[in-house]
Amino acid sequence: MANIFCSSIGRKLVMSLSGLFLILFLFVHLALNSLLLLDGVFGFETGQMFNAGVHFMGTNPIIKIIEPMLAIGFVIHIIYSLILTFQNMKARGPQAYAGGKKTSGVSFSSLNMLPLGIAVFAFLVVHIANFYMRMKGIIAWEPSEVEFPFFGTMAKGEDAYTLVNETFKIGWVVAIYVVGSLSLGLHLAHGFWSAFQTIGWNNTTWLPRLKVIGIVIAVLMGAGFSAIAVAQYLFF
Amino acid sequence: MENTINLTLKVWRQKNAKAKGQFETYMVNGISTDSSFLEMMDILNEQLLNENKEPVAFDHDCREGICGMCSLYINGRPHGPDDDVTTCQLHMRKFKNGDTITIEPWRSAAFPVLKDLIVDRGAFDKIQAAYGYVTVSTGGVPDANAILIGKEDADEAMDSASCIGCGACVAACKNGSAMLFVSAKVSQFALLPQGRVEGARRAKAMVAKMDELGFGNCTNTGACEVECPKNISISNIARLNREFLAAKLAD
Repeated sequence: MANIFCSSIGRKLVMSLSGLFLILFLFVHLALNSLLLLDGVFGFETGQMFNAGVHFMGTNPIIKIIEPMLAIGFVIHIIYSLILTFQNMKARGPQAYAGGKKTSGVSFSSLNMLPLGIAVFAFLVVHIANFYMRMKGIIAWEPSEVEFPFFGTMAKGEDAYTLVNETFKIGWVVAIYVVGSLSLGLHLAHGFWSAFQTIGWNNTTWLPRLKVIGIVIAVLMGAGFSAIAVAQYLFF
Repeated sequence: MENTINLTLKVWRQKNAKAKGQFETYMVNGISTDSSFLEMMDILNEQLLNENKEPVAFDHDCREGICGMCSLYINGRPHGPDDDVTTCQLHMRKFKNGDTITIEPWRSAAFPVLKDLIVDRGAFDKIQAAYGYVTVSTGGVPDANAILIGKEDADEAMDSASCIGCGACVAACKNGSAMLFVSAKVSQFALLPQGRVEGARRAKAMVAKMDELGFGNCTNTGACEVECPKNISISNIARLNREFLAAKLAD
């Protein structure tokens, strides 16, 4: 048991579980982002729902515990991906095929998980600098205080909505977000079902099902995050 | 009606395991489209012998697609442009007159080139020797059909057992992973009650040997499944993962 992570399958299990954990985070993140667009639907003033969401995330003790776990999840996922890729390059050997690789039916995503992951990571750095570090006070940010409804009463908090809205008014930032989100979508198109394959869930019945669920999640994330940024740029 | 074609061959030539290899270009003319790829290679070698040149070394044995000896990475694909066949069953009708065909050995750190197109696939034998078998207690003759096996399990075990260990999966894999091979060998026993008994030990021993020999980590691209001449499914890889992880967790 102790030496499970010394084996190839054990190391891949780490990739699989950390990846699935990060997908859970993406769902929470996408749900919160969707609040950016929903004020009109529920009859709130612009920005109120998102600000309430940010306030909830910033004050909730459970989120305080999960936040460092999330950071560790990212670090583990990245470190193991580098270890595994390095081993794979070594196993593959230095000699490339002169005839190329003409195997059909192999998905683009599955062949480019590392480049896609690097694209997502680069995006993540920009993203953290844009928002997270400001909201945490690491980069100077002087928000005005706003009021918003919060679990039946009115609460006061930082105006995170204006920060997001102003950031998404800059064209090239939105472009980076769209590229980052689409890379994430492509990464998940292979990553989701592959994670279950590694755990050993798959068989001939579940493999196609999980592939379909993976595509749905990939489209949801890729299109969802992009659409929110673009909608903020165009309509808010 | 016999059609013949003329071809240009780019063949990997390498004197021995240590030598630096390079491609040599040869012309072969009047190849019958009814001949097999290996017969074409025989004709090339005949031609080279007549010119007092050294023939191209390549692996082959049964030439009916069941021994797993032939290899060859042809025009960017293990076992060439046809699906679900080994190189020996690839026919020249799959090529056109005037084609240039690039012929390379399997490329993988665990399969070093020995000479020309021959690689050392001894690593597969070592994985098999690690636990690719069922321990049989010899004693009284057991009753035939004493243990009932479901049709689906029997079929799947037979499908897994059809792996001939040619190494096309490793050759096709961008990671040089042997997971399709190992998973087929583990699955053919894991699905049957006779093999089930040693299932956990087998999965651990064969995976450990696979890792030790320097095969890569599977990233589930599925290229192996596409190129496998015996259509081994990657659902076997999921089964191996399951077997291995369950065995490790039980420890």
